[in-house]
Amino acid sequence: MPHISLPEGMPGILGPMNFSPETAAPMNALANALLQTDEGLSRGERELIATYVSSENDCFFCQTIHGAVASHYLGDADGSFVKAVKCDFEQTTLSDKMKALLSIAGSVQKGGKNVTIEQVEAAKKQGATDKDIHDTVLIAAAFCMFNRYVDGLATTAPTEENVYRLRALRIANDGYSASAPYAPVTS
Amino acid sequence: MPHIPLPEHLPGITGLLEYRLDTAMPIRDLTQILLRGESSLTQGERELIATIVSSRNCTNFCEAAHTKAADLLLGESETARLVKLDFESAPVSDKMKALLNIAALTQKSGKAVSEEAIERAQKAGATDLEIHDTVLIAALFCLYNKYVDGLATVAPSDPAFYQTLGERIVGRGYLRPPGGFVNPS
Repeated sequence: MPHISLPEGMPGILGPMNFSPETAAPMNALANALLQTDEGLSRGERELIATYVSSENDCFFCQTIHGAVASHYLGDADGSFVKAVKCDFEQTTLSDKMKALLSIAGSVQKGGKNVTIEQVEAAKKQGATDKDIHDTVLIAAAFCMFNRYVDGLATTAPTEENVYRLRALRIANDGYSASAPYAPVTS
Repeated sequence: MPHIPLPEHLPGITGLLEYRLDTAMPIRDLTQILLRGESSLTQGERELIATIVSSRNCTNFCEAAHTKAADLLLGESETARLVKLDFESAPVSDKMKALLNIAALTQKSGKAVSEEAIERAQKAGATDLEIHDTVLIAALFCLYNKYVDGLATVAPSDPAFYQTLGERIVGRGYLRPPGGFVNPS
């Protein structure tokens, strides 16, 4: 049960976002600016960073929805690739650049000061631009906010995977928003 | 030295917010709403929440800036100092102690916010909106702190810098000044 009275039928972050629409607007604008672009890092790569950080923060709702969006972009129909990235990204077929960036994102999740010069140098050596590094740090930092918002208010999260798959399609088409409710479970 | 090239005359968060303006705008808007918008918590109380989170994340720039903002808004510098040291014995209301406790738990992890912590705040008179805003301010400052430290921005050591910055965020708020920031050199 959520810690405060949130609108019913609104899973995860949509509960507090509909409780407080004024703050929801810039939060969705930030998610769209950071995630809904292929400039430098692709949408799929950006969603992977969001998913990995949410997984490290043990935030079920965020890692499941962003994992579903990442799978959609990456053609990962059964979600096995995203699962492997969360478990141990070093063992996946991800590019060396993405591995270096995920390592930076993991350090940001632990604490900003954990990001080392060596990690940044390694990412640059694999072709990461300054903007790629900036965006990686900011996506990781932003998800440390979103995850705390979702879990700090003890929001509820659906457990049916299909709910997230349908929502992911909507996000890929229309971007992030607090207005559209999750599709009802059809299975 | 920062991990990416940033304008030298804009240390801390300011250079980062100028680095990518389209992500900076919603971050600034959210901060303005939470810390300066209408609320049953005073601006000073909200700055104390920002201060305790930044202090516990050991982000010197944010801690110094929001301590100064709290000091200016409260008209004294003892409360912020004592809140950082031990908020349970600081000269703030029982409601604020309960909210600072929620902020301190949020800093650790969203999952650390317990039912007991929420009940304590509600018993002390905190509304749902005050609890919501406390969690979101604490979460937002985790974003700021990780952004500022994750890119190794510079934190000036001169106290006069934070006096000027504190006066700016108290007097003018968190939105970008029209025309941005002029390089004095």
